[in-house]
Amino acid sequence: MALSGLDIYKLLPKTNCRQCGLATCLAFAMQLAKKALPIEKCPFISGEAKSILEAQALPPIRPIILGSNESKFEIGNETVLFRHEEKFRNPTGIGFIIDDSLSNEQIKTRLAKINQLKFERVGQSLEVNLVALKQNKDAERYLEATKLILNHTSRQIMLMASDLPALKQAGQIAKERAPLLYCATENNFAQIGAIAKELGLPLVVVAQDLDSLSRLTRELNALGVNNLVLDTGSKSVADKIWDLTQIRRQALKKSNRALGYPVLAIVEKADPYEEAMEATAYIAKYAGIVMLKGTEAWEVISILTLRQNIYTDPQKPLQIDPKLYPVGQVSQNSPLLVTTNFSLSYYTVLGEVEASKIPSYILSVDTQGMSVLTAWAAEKFNPEAITKSLETSGVKDVIKHKNLIIPGYVAMMSGDLEDQSGFKIIVGPKEAAGIPAFLKNLN
Amino acid sequence: METQLVLEKWPGAVSTVSIGAKKEEGGTRSCSIKIGGESALPLLFKEGSIPNKPKIAFEVWDIAPCDWPEELLAAYGEEINDPLAWADKCVNKYKAELLCVKMQGAHPDFGNKGTGESAKFISRLLSRVNVPLVIIGSDDDTKDNLIMPAVSEAAKKERCIIGCAVQDNYKTLAASALADGHSLIAQSPIDINIAKQLNILISDMGLAFERIVMDPTIGALGYGLEYAYSIMERARLAALSGDKTLACAFICFIGQEAWKTKEAKSSIEQGIVWEAVTASSLIQAGADLLVMRHPKAIEKVNNFIEILYSTPRL
Repeated sequence: MALSGLDIYKLLPKTNCRQCGLATCLAFAMQLAKKALPIEKCPFISGEAKSILEAQALPPIRPIILGSNESKFEIGNETVLFRHEEKFRNPTGIGFIIDDSLSNEQIKTRLAKINQLKFERVGQSLEVNLVALKQNKDAERYLEATKLILNHTSRQIMLMASDLPALKQAGQIAKERAPLLYCATENNFAQIGAIAKELGLPLVVVAQDLDSLSRLTRELNALGVNNLVLDTGSKSVADKIWDLTQIRRQALKKSNRALGYPVLAIVEKADPYEEAMEATAYIAKYAGIVMLKGTEAWEVISILTLRQNIYTDPQKPLQIDPKLYPVGQVSQNSPLLVTTNFSLSYYTVLGEVEASKIPSYILSVDTQGMSVLTAWAAEKFNPEAITKSLETSGVKDVIKHKNLIIPGYVAMMSGDLEDQSGFKIIVGPKEAAGIPAFLKNLN
Repeated sequence: METQLVLEKWPGAVSTVSIGAKKEEGGTRSCSIKIGGESALPLLFKEGSIPNKPKIAFEVWDIAPCDWPEELLAAYGEEINDPLAWADKCVNKYKAELLCVKMQGAHPDFGNKGTGESAKFISRLLSRVNVPLVIIGSDDDTKDNLIMPAVSEAAKKERCIIGCAVQDNYKTLAASALADGHSLIAQSPIDINIAKQLNILISDMGLAFERIVMDPTIGALGYGLEYAYSIMERARLAALSGDKTLACAFICFIGQEAWKTKEAKSSIEQGIVWEAVTASSLIQAGADLLVMRHPKAIEKVNNFIEILYSTPRL
């Protein structure tokens, strides 16, 4: 729970010395509560008060950066329980577990598949993030497999080994890539904590219940290891959702530092449909990392798409630049279609225009990211806005005709739009799926 | 335990809706299915009562479907061209617990079937299958206002859910639900205020909140799912906090949205997983009744619901 200005005031010297630049300690406390001034502005603050206020300033869920290269990513640093309260910030990292008992060829094949798991959706690139190497054989094999993985993927690395000397050596080999170490338990935390500290690597902490987990994170903090990821082990989906929810609430509602870390969940289903449903449940319910087995593109894209949906900022719909977009080898006679600048509207229309193989122009009108009907209702996609867009986008410089295709759902504006724009209005299909047939039958 | 759990105790609960009336209740259905009734957020079993699992209704039409992709049609085989045989196959082969019948054939563009014909179809369907029914119109308001009263009457006392009432067209349907003992779907366009307003308008006509099922209008995975997801979370939080005007169970039309997408048409696995993940994700937001299309997607989601609900919990 955030401290109020009055709470902070109680920790200040209350001398109104003005050294901070403000007239009273209370005024300074109010500024601190808003995080508008740094605590250092007060030269007389006690060490104890300073540490309380500094802890207060830390994010409730520690941000953890995974990896070091261009595909590094941050997890944690979340601030809400429900996305409508603000937004979910750092999309769940999606990873794959590879067993070192596979042959080198099998590992390479799996990595090649994982490396190809990249998709484009509504103008965003969707990628998977992690590869974990799980130890099943001896140390020598583990190190060999570690090198293989380092050489064959640029995804971030997680090292899962119970043999700590092997884990340490693998960590040294992979140090440049800042791998995530797995895992600290009640039995090994001192030793693995020392390795994580020496190599400066983040560490996963595993315990079945929240008490044990809290004890472990405190022990590790005492050893100077602070970049932690939590895992509550193997349990039922409902129990896992309970743990994920409870850990998020502990961090946000009780400022429980011992549990203020992102959480990793491992999905252990063999059936790809079940795996996708379980993985997406954890993405929706707060997981920082979800580890999978399945690498089928059709399964993984469904998981990445759900992640994209859940992590979209509810206040800022995905939008594109409102302008004229040529699709294919356009000419002066190519058809002209108009839609909004809501990414989903534009990319859906784009996909269908491409599928039609008829070169066309798409005019994207600035509707501040609203979809066709919403923007129409809000008067952002009306005859005035479309006419203005026709004037300013340079349409008249690139096409010779004066025909404009509008979405079927806004057929009612045809007359007004025709009068205002001087274009002949052609009412297109209601659903984008009808565009290919529509374009083919034009003329 | 040293960690003090953060437990939410909610004053409110979602109302329970029964679908289907058995013989002793004046109907002819083999069972009565309950949805809703939860006094906790989805799957947080330790914070309240979650008495009923989410249920899946197979979507069937009164005509052969006109815009379903080939792969989806293929799942039903030849029976898809004979609506009664199709419904029969859902129940007897795929063990559907519920059917959602769409009276698409009444739509002026899809056959323009008349009142008598539509009502007769429902009577024949009721004698052909004995599972509880959800019955929805053709999406043409004018036509639906003509046929739905007769359709509703043909299923009188069977305790169906009928729909879909919308803000500027709810009176005819609400009157039918009231007269014939059905519950009513109140559909709002991804807008919590309209959802609330519509529920109040319907309850003002005398249909209790307990007989309203809300359709928040969902988008498929990748097609605006997150809008409905958050509207549902907000409505459910309000309901649990004690707002009776939003304390209704949710119905989500998963199949019609999922099978419209480009992804669903790209491969059959992609289509099935798209429908399944759309459904399972909305269960996380509180969906109580899911209307779905592909038998395999339905089987997978049903299995997942079993996994979610049947494991021993501390």
